[in-house]
Amino acid sequence: MRRWLPCIWVAFLVSVPLWMRNQYYLHILISTGIFAVAAMSLNLLLGYTGQLSLGHVAFFGIGAYTSALVSLGFDLQLSEGYTFVFEPRPVWLGFLCGVAAAGFFGWIIGRLSFRVRGAYFVIVTVSFAEVVKLVALNWVDLTEGPMALNNIPPVTLSFPGLGELTFWKKEPNYYLVLAVCLLSYLVIRRLVFSRAGRAFIALRENEALAESVGVDVTRFLVLAAVVSAAIAGAAGGLYAHYIKIVDPDIFLFIYTVTMVIMVVAGGKGTLLGPVVGAVIFGILPEALREAARPEVQWIIYGLFMILIVFFLPDGIVPAVSGRLRPRLSPARGDTAEEAA
Amino acid sequence: MDQFLQHILNGIVLGGSYALLGIGLTLIFGIMYVVNFTHGELYAFGAYVVFAVVVALEGNFFLALLLAVVLGAVLGGGIEWALLRPLRGASIDTTMLVMIGAWIALQNTEQLLWTGVAKAIRHPFPEAPLVVGPVSISWIRIFVFFAALVLIAGSHLFIRRSRLGAAMRATFQDRETAALMGVNIDAVHTFTFAFGSGLAAAAGALLGPVFVVFPTMGDLAALKAFAIVIMGGMGNFIGATLGGFILGIAEELGAGYISSGYRDAMGFLIIIAVLLFKPTGLFARAERIG
Repeated sequence: MRRWLPCIWVAFLVSVPLWMRNQYYLHILISTGIFAVAAMSLNLLLGYTGQLSLGHVAFFGIGAYTSALVSLGFDLQLSEGYTFVFEPRPVWLGFLCGVAAAGFFGWIIGRLSFRVRGAYFVIVTVSFAEVVKLVALNWVDLTEGPMALNNIPPVTLSFPGLGELTFWKKEPNYYLVLAVCLLSYLVIRRLVFSRAGRAFIALRENEALAESVGVDVTRFLVLAAVVSAAIAGAAGGLYAHYIKIVDPDIFLFIYTVTMVIMVVAGGKGTLLGPVVGAVIFGILPEALREAARPEVQWIIYGLFMILIVFFLPDGIVPAVSGRLRPRLSPARGDTAEEAA
Repeated sequence: MDQFLQHILNGIVLGGSYALLGIGLTLIFGIMYVVNFTHGELYAFGAYVVFAVVVALEGNFFLALLLAVVLGAVLGGGIEWALLRPLRGASIDTTMLVMIGAWIALQNTEQLLWTGVAKAIRHPFPEAPLVVGPVSISWIRIFVFFAALVLIAGSHLFIRRSRLGAAMRATFQDRETAALMGVNIDAVHTFTFAFGSGLAAAAGALLGPVFVVFPTMGDLAALKAFAIVIMGGMGNFIGATLGGFILGIAEELGAGYISSGYRDAMGFLIIIAVLLFKPTGLFARAERIG
């Protein structure tokens, strides 16, 4: 039964657009899926290596802007009389560029801040997101600043035998997001169950011990940062081509907080936790929208985060599955700090 | 050259308040080992108290400043008592998540109470600036600068000379031994948090009338405070003081000579430079990490 359960879930998710005709609900599911990808990427760092990236939205936004700019094309006046013109490229190429650019910045941030990590990493990532936002606001020649990048083309794929398919409608976008979700899940799962994944967990549990048995701490942390940032960039690319408009508000801190809440509530350091968290916190705001103003909603989020840490520190998924079977590895990484 | 002098002067004036912010945060981090994300909200809270008293209640400006500091300290003490005391001994990541939750809740409460519109605070100083040779400076900035200096000096004396200050320093050096010597660690923690929060509220109350007041003003303030703390070395009082002035000057020079849009990026550039070349802070004793 347990072997078949994932297949049943995937089959169910694939079937959704066949019976769900309500476009608004589909839209909620698509944005939930995009957030799920972002939350999974954050979980790789926060849950498995124990490093909290509070600027994750920067990687998301870099993915979105890069993908949008490559597919829209742009020109930059580098000096008097010389203008660098970048012709529009296919969307899939833009998407890959977005993933690569986000991963590259993940590498830089990792190299910089994992020299010290812990609280420093948090502060570096949160400041990094702020600076990326300033660049997006002020480099008007490239990013259009507050005027936003408009008319971003939707994803177009050409299938042999079927011709070109442009993803204007909700249904194909749903399948696209679902596919990226599954792919990210599988990539993270593959990584977590590999040698590198065991190294991450060893680092989280006891860094000094891990180092003493020959785990190259910085290398593995940077690896986690690159993969995590790249997946967040993929989520950003999906966002850009689905919403079709990108402005500096994409870097709002509140989106990072949403991701953190999703991961912490769902269960950090579990594969399914961020997905469960994303489903809850993707659908909850829409349900609350009628009843509460956005400020009230955020206040509830903040209080919810405090309550989770106090009463359910491991999150929902471990709490549920812990009753079914003993967990293989503890989900919380408290020991490394105390060993210091 | 005149412009350069003017930028330096503005930077030093701004730096005084930044130093207050940084000192509050570095004390909390050094003594409690908590990354305090509510620090920026206490800054905004201080500014809003002044706004409420001066504009809404038409009260006295100086009384409002005093009230902001006191209420900020009370709010900070309350946060520590309600959220951090039950989590004593929890990892730094756990307390960090709680503080992020508190940050979001506080900021949106401010947004709900005062709406997102930026507000100006009247102050009793003359509008015409004081002109000294090539440079000019407004009276309110002079007042803010000296008020900040008095608070910094007062805090320093308090920590160096008073019994409570000695208890704080002892806790910073070695929590267990301090507890064995009869220091009430719980009380020191609550007091430290209240003290740091009071300084943040003071910075907000002083800078609020210079700029404008809006609910998300605390976010940038918190980032700047973090930059100052990293610059000075976590838990380092003198480092945070100097760091505040360095950041103030760097921002003014950056805004003057590079681009005013990137003024707020200076803190991040400083963080990067410090982490690259001297990760323990510019003025630090070595800190053990990992």
